[in-house]
Amino acid sequence: MTQPTLGVWDVAAVSALLLINGALSVWLSLGIARQLLVAALRMVAQLAAVGALLTVLFGAASPIWTLAMASAMVLFAGYEVTARQTRRLAGGWGPGLGTATMALAAATVTLVALVGPLRPDPWHEARVAIPLFGMILGNAMTGVGLGLDTLTTAVVRDRAALDARIALGAPRFEALRPVIREAMRRGLIPVINAMAACGVVFLPGMMTGQILAGAPPGDAVLYQVLIMILIAGATGLGLLGAIVGGAWRLTDHRHRLRLDRLAPARPAS
Amino acid sequence: MTNAEILTLRGLTSTALKDCNLTVAPGEIVVVQGPSGSGKSLLLRAIADLDPHQGAAWLGPLDRARMSGPAWRRMVRYVAAEPAWWADRVGDHMRHPKRAAELAVSLGLAADCLDWPVTRLSTGEKQRLGLARALEDHPPVLLLDEPTAALDDAATRAVEALLKRRRDDGVAMVLVTHSDAQAARLANRRLMIRDGCLRDAVS
Repeated sequence: MTQPTLGVWDVAAVSALLLINGALSVWLSLGIARQLLVAALRMVAQLAAVGALLTVLFGAASPIWTLAMASAMVLFAGYEVTARQTRRLAGGWGPGLGTATMALAAATVTLVALVGPLRPDPWHEARVAIPLFGMILGNAMTGVGLGLDTLTTAVVRDRAALDARIALGAPRFEALRPVIREAMRRGLIPVINAMAACGVVFLPGMMTGQILAGAPPGDAVLYQVLIMILIAGATGLGLLGAIVGGAWRLTDHRHRLRLDRLAPARPAS
Repeated sequence: MTNAEILTLRGLTSTALKDCNLTVAPGEIVVVQGPSGSGKSLLLRAIADLDPHQGAAWLGPLDRARMSGPAWRRMVRYVAAEPAWWADRVGDHMRHPKRAAELAVSLGLAADCLDWPVTRLSTGEKQRLGLARALEDHPPVLLLDEPTAALDDAATRAVEALLKRRRDDGVAMVLVTHSDAQAARLANRRLMIRDGCLRDAVS
C-alpha cells in the first residue's frame, strides 16, 4: 500500500465544497456566505502561519521557544474563554480565572504525559509537546468556557433561591451546590460526548490523521485513547478549579452572594 | 421556648442605610414602616448580614463579627416578601418536615402540602410555606419582610396568631409592613425609615 500524498492543488480542489455552501447560503438568503468565506480564509491563514511557525520551532529545538509558543496558545485560549461568556467576573478575575485554571490543568496533564507514557527525547521535544498541549488546552478551553458561562448565568438566574438558602444559614458552597453541579455537568458534556461517541459515531481527527499517514490502526487507537484520557483529565481538573474559584469569588468571607463582582451582561458572541 | 437574647444593632450603614441603631428585646415586635424604596428590606437584609455594609450587631453577648455568617443567620432569620424555591417538591426545602407540616397546618394549609410540587403553589401558599420554612427550627430572631402582603384576611389572621405565639415564646422580631392596622395589632414599638434613616414613629 502506498501512503497518500497531498498537494496544495488537491486541497484547493475540495474547497469547491465551501463554494457550494456559499452559493446555497446566497440562494436561500441565509446571510452567512460572507461569514463562511471569512472563516475559511481565516482558517487557511491561521493554519499556514502556525505551520510555518512550527517548522521554525521544531528546527530550533529550544525549550524556551517551546514555552513561548505554549504561553501564546494560553493567551489566545484565555481570550476565547473570556469572549464567549455572557456574564463574566469583573476586573482581572474575568480573563484571569479561566485562563489560569485551564492553563494549569493543561500544563500539568501535558507534563505528566511527557514524562510518563510518551517519554520523547528530550522530554520537552516541541514536535510532541506542542501538538499535545494544543489538543489538551483546546478541549480544556471548551469545558472551562462552558462551565464558567453556566455558573455566572445560573447565579444571576437563581439569585433569589441562592439568597434564600443563604438566609436560612447555608454556607456558601452548600448554597451554591446546585449551580456548581450544573456548571460542572455542562462543562464536562463535550468531553463525555466525545468519549462516548468516539469510534462509533466518528473517528477522531488525530487517529484518522495517523492512519492516513500510514500508522497501524492499533497504534493509532492506543494514542487516541491516551489523548482522550488526558483531555478528560485536564478538562475535569481545569473545570473544577474554575467553577470552585468562580463560586468562591461570587460569594465573600461572610458567605454572602456577591453579584456585584460580575461585569455587566453582554450578548454572547 | 427560645433562648431569649437582646438583639443590638449599632451604626448600620450602606449605600441605602444611614447609621441605623436599634435594640430589640426578647418577646418584642418592632414594626418598621416607610415609603417604598426607603430602605426597609435593605435594613432587614443588613441585620441578617446578607449584603455588604458597615456597623455592628450582637445577639446577647454574641458579637456578629466574631461569628461566621451562616451561624449568625441560623439565629437571626430573614424571611423575604417573596420566598424563593430551589427544589421541585415543597418538602425538599424543609430540614424538619414534621415541624414544618405542623406550622403549615397552623397557617391554614393542608397537612399533605409538603408533598405538593412547588409549581402548583399560589402566591399566598408560597408566602405561608416560606414562613413555615423559616420558623421550623425556632430561630430566636425573626426579620419579616411584609409576611402577609399576598394573603387574604383569614390567612393574615393565622400568620399574626403564629407570630404572637412566637413573641410570647421570647422571639425578637423586626417586622416590615405597609399595613397600619397590622402594625397596630402586632407592634410593641413602631419605627419609621425614610431615606435610610431610622426614626421613632409618632404613635
